[in-house]
Amino acid sequence: MKKNFMISIWMTIATTILLGVVYPFVVTVLAQVLFPSQANGSLITLNGKVVGSRLIGQPFSSPGYFRSRPSAAGNGYDAQNSGGSNLGPTNKSLIDRVSGDAQKAQAENPASPVPMDLITTSGSGLDPHISPAAAAFQAPRVAKERGMTEADVTTLIAKHTEPRQLGFLGEPRVNVLELNLDLDAVHPMH
Amino acid sequence: MTNNGWFQILFFLLVVLALTKPLGAFMTRVFNREKTFLDPVLRPIEKLLYRLTGVDEATEMGWKEYAGAMLIFSGVTLALTYLIERVQNHLPLNPQHLPAVAPDLAFNTAVSFTTNTNWQAYVPETTMSYLTQMTTLAYHNFISAGVGIALAIAVVRGIARREKDTIGNFWVDMTRAVLWVLLPLCLVGALFLVWQGVPQNFKPYATAQLVDPQTVQTTGADGKTTTQVIKEQTIAQGPTASQEVIKEFGTNGGGFFNANSAHPYENPTPLSNLLEMLLIFAIGAGLTYTLGQMTGSPRHGWAVWCAMAILFLVGVTAAYSAEARGNPLVETSANHVQPAGNMEGKEIRFGIANSALWAVVTTDTSCGAVNSMHDSFTPLGGMIPLINMLLGEVIFGGAGSGLYGIIVFIILSVFIAGLMVGRTPEYLGKKVEAFDVKMAMLTVLIYPLFVLGFTAISVVAPKFGLSSLANAGPHGLSEIFYAYAEAGANNGSAFAGLNANTLWYNTTIATTMLFGRFFMVIPVLAIAGSLARKKHVPESAGTFPVTTPLFTGLLISVILIVGALTFFPALSLGPILEHLLMNAGKTF
Repeated sequence: MKKNFMISIWMTIATTILLGVVYPFVVTVLAQVLFPSQANGSLITLNGKVVGSRLIGQPFSSPGYFRSRPSAAGNGYDAQNSGGSNLGPTNKSLIDRVSGDAQKAQAENPASPVPMDLITTSGSGLDPHISPAAAAFQAPRVAKERGMTEADVTTLIAKHTEPRQLGFLGEPRVNVLELNLDLDAVHPMH
Repeated sequence: MTNNGWFQILFFLLVVLALTKPLGAFMTRVFNREKTFLDPVLRPIEKLLYRLTGVDEATEMGWKEYAGAMLIFSGVTLALTYLIERVQNHLPLNPQHLPAVAPDLAFNTAVSFTTNTNWQAYVPETTMSYLTQMTTLAYHNFISAGVGIALAIAVVRGIARREKDTIGNFWVDMTRAVLWVLLPLCLVGALFLVWQGVPQNFKPYATAQLVDPQTVQTTGADGKTTTQVIKEQTIAQGPTASQEVIKEFGTNGGGFFNANSAHPYENPTPLSNLLEMLLIFAIGAGLTYTLGQMTGSPRHGWAVWCAMAILFLVGVTAAYSAEARGNPLVETSANHVQPAGNMEGKEIRFGIANSALWAVVTTDTSCGAVNSMHDSFTPLGGMIPLINMLLGEVIFGGAGSGLYGIIVFIILSVFIAGLMVGRTPEYLGKKVEAFDVKMAMLTVLIYPLFVLGFTAISVVAPKFGLSSLANAGPHGLSEIFYAYAEAGANNGSAFAGLNANTLWYNTTIATTMLFGRFFMVIPVLAIAGSLARKKHVPESAGTFPVTTPLFTGLLISVILIVGALTFFPALSLGPILEHLLMNAGKTF
């Protein structure tokens, strides 16, 4: 037993160095050389300023922008406090929140069914995407606010719609931050 | 449910099937200490490790010494983890200047990661420094998985050996599991994940200027409403990919970020999602082949694989259909909503199919990583992950723990078959006798004792039990039940609404995790030691064959019957009752 105890001590030290220090440092060096943009968080810079990450959602509330999904991360899209609402299916707060958000969405957008993802929070609270249906639902409002034609907005949505990966993996989706940045680029609000 | 959703699920299972034989055969070679293509690189590292630590690789251990070495090693690594958490504020690689972790939380976390549970009662972004994540949490992801694989191999040796007193050398098995099985694939997998978008850096958190600054109203504790303009977004960074890959491959599940694999930095694309799910199942599936190969009965390995695959498909069908059907309360409360299934707590890039699939995969095994929030699943959709854990996580199962878990059920199955025909049961040429069955029953009984016991105490204790609940009604019972079910099964996923960072939950959940891991393992190693000593009995007409569909069917039945007898009453008061109330339009 004493022998195994001494081995335990040395084994803990040796494997901590190998697995806890050498391994992550090797991965970091290789990652920084091979994929520097991804390894540093896929950040987007505009005029020399970081305006976000293409993987991390942001809140939008001005009517001229496409809205992201509701978020339960901190005060909304808090990227150092990720998480979901964890409201259960029979929780009254969930039902009240959803029906309130649905009414608000209907009031702000021309009447048509509200896409489910626009009234539900994501698991991370940082979902960068909305469904293509949720983008199409908001297109008339955004077009009107910006004085663009709906066709132009729809073209932009199509440009930022990612299909299923390899043709069958996951779901089609629209990156909200990239779409809104592109909107600002081609047709800025005054 | 969509055809594309089903296609993704079946595609996933086919890839698991394709991986089983090559990975299983590779593991057989590694643990039989035969030559592999990685030897030129790894053999020198292995020898160096033995020289530094004083391991004599030529000696073997009996089951008691094997268990003892495993316990001492786990204890030492646990202590170091606790220590580093407590002094992380004095150590490097802490760019956010996070303070030391509180004692009860540090203990809970050290136990959680040592036992391969990876239950997280904390928000990693604001609790753990990069150094703590790397040297204790990601470290345990390797070690606890390596220990699990070593234990499984020791049990398989016990079955395969004849009239031997030893079952292998713990240090050699653990070292080889880490160096040959885990480390090489993690290096490649981590880079694959970085390519898909997972960060890998040591930078302080990034600050982004919001494109559309937000005005938020918050109500303080004093009831006053304050208006606040948020112009920036602080985005957590860190060495994520190196931890993410072993978190899945070692079926650990402890997220680098609070939202775990739902976080776009941990799991950015559907392709990263597929890879992560495959990593979760890979070792469990491969070990069924190793079992068959090492015991000289490959068809037995496949019969076990089939039982696992059938239980997996049943679970995924139930969870997928419940989530795709959605929550009727949501759809009726808001007029003109496009029904799209239950999207609360789910990410767009994964959708319903991949969220339901992941929930099943992570609880079939002892992984516990989540890519959607199980607490917000429909009652029946959330019941499936709970049942998977209650059945003992033997459906492919945790790294190593899945295999020794199902061997317990196999022993019970041949025992029951033996009772039916009135003969001494045999398993792969070994007589299964009273001692073996007693030990098997012990592991089956310890788990519900802790799970149901602590759940019962918590639900009648308003001050320290119920005060942590986020949801009322039957869902509240499910939250507490889930917490102890995952702790005992060393899963680590959660109905995360429960505030578990309290003295009561931190200590009782830690206790449950410790017993769930080590009191499972000791009886299992005792079985291994007992079987290794036995003589080989040749197969006869009275032997119940363990390679047939009949065996697969019996094994499935035993797993389901044991689970149902123990847990059906609790399930009926939690998720089943909630399902009925939800359909009746009741909210809490």
